[in-house]
Amino acid sequence: MSANEFLPWVRRAVAPQAAAEKPTPLDATQEITDRPQDLQRRTLIQLLGLGGLVIAFGPGGLRRLEAAELAAGIAADPWSPHVYVRVAEDGIVTIVCHRSEMGQGIRTTMPMIIADEMEADWARCRVEQAVGDPKYGSQNTDGSTSIRDFLQKYREAGATTRTLLETAAARDWDVGAADVFARQHEVVHRPTGRTKSFGALVNTARTVAMPAPTSVRIKRPDERRWQGKKMPSIDLVPMTTGTAVYGADLTLPGMKFAAIARPPVWGGKALTVDDTEARKVPGVERIVRIPETPIPGAFLPLGGVAVIAKNTWAAFRGRDALKVTWDAGQNGSHDSKTYKAVLEASIRAPGKPGRTNGDVAATLAAAKRKVSAEYHVPYLSHAQMEPMAAIARVQDGKVEAWAPTQSPNDARNTIAEYLKVDKANVTVNVTLLGGAFGRKSKPDFICEAAYLARETGAPVRVQWSREDDMRHSYYHAVAAHRFEAALDDAGKVTAWLHRSAYPSISATFAPNLAGPTPDELTNGASDVPWDVPNMSVEVCPAVAHARIGWYRSVNAIHHGFAIGSFVDELAHAAGKDPAAFLLELIGADRKVDLSKGGLVSAGDTYYGAPWADHPLDTARARRVVESVLQRSGWGTRLPRGRGRGIAIHRSFLSYVAMVVEVEVSPDGMVRVPRATVAVDAGYVANPDRAKSQMEGALIMGMSNTLYSAITFAEGKVQQSNYSDYGVTRMRASPHVVDVHVVESEGLPGGIGEPGVPPSGAAIANAIFAATGVRVRELPVGRQLDGWEVMASDKGRAVAG
Amino acid sequence: MITLTVNGTRRSFDGDPTMPLLWFLRDELALTGTKYGCGVAQCGSCTVHVAGKPVRACQMLMSELQGAAVTTIEGLHPTGEHPLQVAWREIDVPQCGFCQPGQIMQAAGLLQRKPKPSDEDIDAAMNGHICRCGTYPRIRAAIKAAAEKSS
Repeated sequence: MSANEFLPWVRRAVAPQAAAEKPTPLDATQEITDRPQDLQRRTLIQLLGLGGLVIAFGPGGLRRLEAAELAAGIAADPWSPHVYVRVAEDGIVTIVCHRSEMGQGIRTTMPMIIADEMEADWARCRVEQAVGDPKYGSQNTDGSTSIRDFLQKYREAGATTRTLLETAAARDWDVGAADVFARQHEVVHRPTGRTKSFGALVNTARTVAMPAPTSVRIKRPDERRWQGKKMPSIDLVPMTTGTAVYGADLTLPGMKFAAIARPPVWGGKALTVDDTEARKVPGVERIVRIPETPIPGAFLPLGGVAVIAKNTWAAFRGRDALKVTWDAGQNGSHDSKTYKAVLEASIRAPGKPGRTNGDVAATLAAAKRKVSAEYHVPYLSHAQMEPMAAIARVQDGKVEAWAPTQSPNDARNTIAEYLKVDKANVTVNVTLLGGAFGRKSKPDFICEAAYLARETGAPVRVQWSREDDMRHSYYHAVAAHRFEAALDDAGKVTAWLHRSAYPSISATFAPNLAGPTPDELTNGASDVPWDVPNMSVEVCPAVAHARIGWYRSVNAIHHGFAIGSFVDELAHAAGKDPAAFLLELIGADRKVDLSKGGLVSAGDTYYGAPWADHPLDTARARRVVESVLQRSGWGTRLPRGRGRGIAIHRSFLSYVAMVVEVEVSPDGMVRVPRATVAVDAGYVANPDRAKSQMEGALIMGMSNTLYSAITFAEGKVQQSNYSDYGVTRMRASPHVVDVHVVESEGLPGGIGEPGVPPSGAAIANAIFAATGVRVRELPVGRQLDGWEVMASDKGRAVAG
Repeated sequence: MITLTVNGTRRSFDGDPTMPLLWFLRDELALTGTKYGCGVAQCGSCTVHVAGKPVRACQMLMSELQGAAVTTIEGLHPTGEHPLQVAWREIDVPQCGFCQPGQIMQAAGLLQRKPKPSDEDIDAAMNGHICRCGTYPRIRAAIKAAAEKSS
């Protein structure tokens, strides 16, 4: 395939280009003719044909349904006023969730918004998981887009349904539309108080003309029942009883199990394969070669040698018994140690500017006080708890897959392209995702299952081991940052030079890229909310030697760490309290449309939204900082070995400030007893989920900052499992995470990602406050060993 | 032939004796609440009870399990209302949910041993489990809530 075909997907990877996959307009009038129940019924019937054990995205969450339940589910002919909504004559409302559930709670929040607007009784609502189909609008669950792109659509879907039911009641009673209103699954005639249930109105509602979208009334804030309030997850019972269905939890009749030996180096190939020992493993049935995909490879499988077996254990054992010699290809000498020097050299020369204000060079040259620093962030792996797993079946030219995918349409399109079948013949079912964080946006693992199902003629479940997952991911980019700043006599920043170098995600889709584009800086680097007259924010070249992909908050991970750390260093250089300095750096309240000034290359949109809708609003930045200062005990004394750090970052159109308190033990181990977070994400539909996303973002930020690193030697990933890729565990994790979700009716921003970027800097700044050790290279790892000695040495040096 | 009981039901196995219990549960019995996360006892996702104590199913070979009594998340409580399961739901602990069966099985073992665990007891018992979503603070709160209610 040509790289250009994949460019639309590349363009989604970074902020300003996120609009490339525009949601299909969901015009309700269009959808009345669209009968999702037909597809659903066909699927259910097929599944019944398989013995009824397989899949169910039904009541009480995603779980197995009994055959009888399935049969009952297809008996009625529900009314479908909208692609997301069906109402059956028994009153059961089915809401089709088109986004993937990976912990952010969308399977609850999306239906809750619709049910609220339609005045449905939550207990009589069911949630069905959509297959991949463009009719639902974008299903690509990344970029923290579910609510910020769809809130209005969900409200309209609910309100349209409510309006149609009200109109149906008015017609049945022959009364004026103004005299009826919907209330909890029935329509009430105001003058007489008589009521008619939603189910009883279905048949009349079928004949009512669609209202114009503009005539549909969205609820006023005071009319909302659940939006903006805590709503527990609909999947709690399956998730706590072991019946929730993830990628590896379905079994098709006759299904085979596959494990794959993949090229250890990106772009490598199998030269020789000796499968003698593998074939001797009990339960191993076949060995299948999967062609290697040349670089860049995009969403396609890496290729390699698959072992097909009777169960997962046999497949794993067989795979381990393969003797494969590999040609490493062009990346066989990639080494993290030498690459660090390459990135360092890159950031020490001018790059391509993404933002220019005033004259940085002249200001720096004339400055009396200059501060500079460099930071390094390693490759990271998502290391989501569920390793890749997917099931596929190929029958009569039709491909059906079941997978924990963030993007069932990308999966469908990629399978179609990979197997050279019409995508009309490809169905992708979405299971729950056992963590995703961007890894499961890429359907390479689903294509593997589809390929092997076709080659073997049997349904196949591909199971990645944890080692496979660690060594064949799409890694978060390794990055280097350099800053130079000028301070005036009052300790104010007068010049800000920021250069970064990191391999671009685009290199996964297009060959021979020299590095990122300045547009990528709008993911939280060129759009910082600072009041500095002279700024230059630049990207420098960096060639990719590994598959690079987006990982929760993407480039904002390293942008946020480096920027937030440098601000803290400046505060100390200026002799000021870091929080006071931060507020001064944010400066006076102002709203700035960045596309109209400063940004050299602004792109058409900002995180997929119009620039004008999301100006840089420094009052929002200031308020989240003030919120965490007030609630965290900032400024109060802490014992030796404890300290607080502060950072603020804006990404995915949301503002997040954090004060993190760390406790560093004498042997250099870091715990976070307490953290205070404030998030202004505009309107928040499910605040408790927003809180849990902030808790999780902080704890993932702890992993990124304290423990995790992927390194390469001879082109191969050196880590294998959680034993050598450290992540946050219970003992280090916070006892208190105090999250303030700002109440707002403003345009919604992201929630899933923006908590990650400030966390790294807040932790590193807290470590500095606790120990005097400045962390400029992640992860912290063992850098704090002997910190008490280092701190006292430093104390002596200062005193002397 | 190895015979054992799983959630009170007698089961037999005559396959590869080196197969870990994890894959017997998942692939042979379709008890998929027990999760594969790492295969090397690093993450705790596969935690089940053998003889009433939490163990990593990825480390228990079938050859070691003749006559064993195994309890999985599906068998922890007949109606899914173990105090921990209830507390987990009240506090809305799970995000993606994948690691939670293992976390709950480990916590159940802890509460059996220490009905009123301290923070240190919880850290020590739960530190072998990984949750990448970062639900640790809520897990801690749910264990305490369940301990409180059980007393």
